[in-house]
Amino acid sequence: MSSNPLQDPLIIAGREFRSRLWVGTGKYKDFEETRLAIEASGADVVTVAVRRVNITDKNSENLLDYIDPKKYTILPNTAGCYTVEDAVRYSRLARAAGVSDLVKLEVIGDERTLFPDTAGLIEAAKILIAEGFIVLPYTNDDPIVAQKLMDIGCPAVMPLAAPIGSGLGIRNPYNLKIIMETVNVPVIVDAGVGTASDAALAMEYGADAVLMNTAIAGADDPIMMATAMRYGVDAGRLAYKAGRIPRKLHASASSPIEGML
Amino acid sequence: MGLDNFLIHSTKNLSSNMQIIVNGESQEQSHPLTVTNLLKSLDLHSKQVAVEVNLKILDRSDFDTWNLQEGDKVEILSFIGGGSLSICS
Repeated sequence: MSSNPLQDPLIIAGREFRSRLWVGTGKYKDFEETRLAIEASGADVVTVAVRRVNITDKNSENLLDYIDPKKYTILPNTAGCYTVEDAVRYSRLARAAGVSDLVKLEVIGDERTLFPDTAGLIEAAKILIAEGFIVLPYTNDDPIVAQKLMDIGCPAVMPLAAPIGSGLGIRNPYNLKIIMETVNVPVIVDAGVGTASDAALAMEYGADAVLMNTAIAGADDPIMMATAMRYGVDAGRLAYKAGRIPRKLHASASSPIEGML
Repeated sequence: MGLDNFLIHSTKNLSSNMQIIVNGESQEQSHPLTVTNLLKSLDLHSKQVAVEVNLKILDRSDFDTWNLQEGDKVEILSFIGGGSLSICS
């Protein structure tokens, strides 16, 4: 089933994507569960981390044997990078592995909240953009930072809804809306989504896409939750495009008085 | 000199062993050794990997011709499932 029944493609750096739900690959039970959940989500874009290959266990499996790079757009991230140097190094390594020039850039500022170090993020983004990377930055809800990221050449911005894995949903819808007004590149809400209504809300606010990992992988039934998220993103996007009614303080009758006894 | 001894003696003159560090582990490998051959010896040649030697990221096109040296620090990386992890999780 298509995740985008209205032919409403997401366009990022000249690339078209059918699905507005992007998913991560961490925290699953095993690769098979990862594969099934991603399939159920209908996602086109899948984030992965860059790490040392297991050279001691020759039978260890490879994620990309389960997630076909021909079927999905693999988006490497710089997860676990706390410095500009590390984020740049991991980005270069990701590109050297020969999959794409895309990178989801994370420069983490704090171990507990995993909030981005936005100064480091901007610095790393500048370096990588100059080297021809397509940088999708994981940022916070500060519209000034979002503007800067756009100005230096990021083709989209990825503001967090709430701390990674927290499941809190959008903590600051007002700032998120301001970001959407401020930048004229796609806004992908990334991190902190907990359940389907959070994803729907993000899309109703006007987000172009939503990225999540823990919300699916950590659910009791990840495959079922992946399906829920697919519907949530679709519902939110349709509602946004359909143009909702305004909120009113008072009632507004649906039936005419004329004809009443 | 028996045939076995002759062969052992001959190969010793052509190559030698060296110690390199691969993904943080010290390994003895024969010399000379290209990156491609190192990957093959680790059953990795078919996977999408990035290789860094002494902090220099190699171009994939160099794997066949880059010769590793004694003491080289090699990092072989690929993609895994995951994202940043909090110390609270």
